[in-house]
Amino acid sequence: MLVTRKYRFAASHRLHAPELSDAENRLLYGQCNNPFGHGHNYEIAVTVRGSVEARSGGAVDVGLLDGLVEREVLEPFGHRNLNQEIEAFRTVVPTSENLGREVARRLKQHWDAVFPHGPLLEKVAIAETGRNACEVSAHEIE
Amino acid sequence: MLITRKVEFSASHICRNPGLSDEENRALFGGAANPHGHGHNYVLEITVEGAPDPVTGMVLDLKTLKNIVNREVVEVYDHRFLNHEVAPFDQVIPTPENIAIDVWNRLQPHLSGPRARLHGVRLYETPDLYVDYFGDAA
Repeated sequence: MLVTRKYRFAASHRLHAPELSDAENRLLYGQCNNPFGHGHNYEIAVTVRGSVEARSGGAVDVGLLDGLVEREVLEPFGHRNLNQEIEAFRTVVPTSENLGREVARRLKQHWDAVFPHGPLLEKVAIAETGRNACEVSAHEIE
Repeated sequence: MLITRKVEFSASHICRNPGLSDEENRALFGGAANPHGHGHNYVLEITVEGAPDPVTGMVLDLKTLKNIVNREVVEVYDHRFLNHEVAPFDQVIPTPENIAIDVWNRLQPHLSGPRARLHGVRLYETPDLYVDYFGDAA
């Protein structure tokens, strides 16, 4: 059984690869390379895999999941400039792909403390806008 | 190939384990344990797997799928108080997980033909919470 919960946060970012020249960055990232940055209403979907527990009839305690996502993702990322305020993005370009990885990494790092007896983290999907999406499987994250 | 049909129904329920105290139920289910019940606009996506028929070009006629889902699930659940009116929810807590399992059990006998078979049930309790069940334990 898979259970998926959606969350939202708003943040700003700038796509700029330090390995490339300013001209190459403008060509590659277009408007997303604007030096002042820009923002999105991000939507993330966290999917959990577990079996249905008889006591609750559920596969995951949604309250515990909400608490973990709030603490590790929504609170630190919400209304922030990701490049300047999140350590991981000082050196890594905050694309949807890298943001998805960072969200999955943060959840995976604290997963066992919150869910010592299961369920398992299955995947994280992140959408910058309603027209694109990126999905990261938990097994892709070390 | 997978084909999916979406339907909606509205129903009320209580999430409460009769083996637990009121306090334990509130801790486990929060507001969903309210003994008077509450409701949702559920959205159900039924996915069928198969190969298209070489003549019709269809895995399964979507009208047929719609009729099966309406007859076996929507007409049974829609505008009902699940705990009081729909078995097995007099015995089983109608969480989204258990509703998805019941939908699977109702549809599976009707969607197990040689060309098209039930692949998955996705049930949205709200736009921000859904479960996927594929007939397996985990």
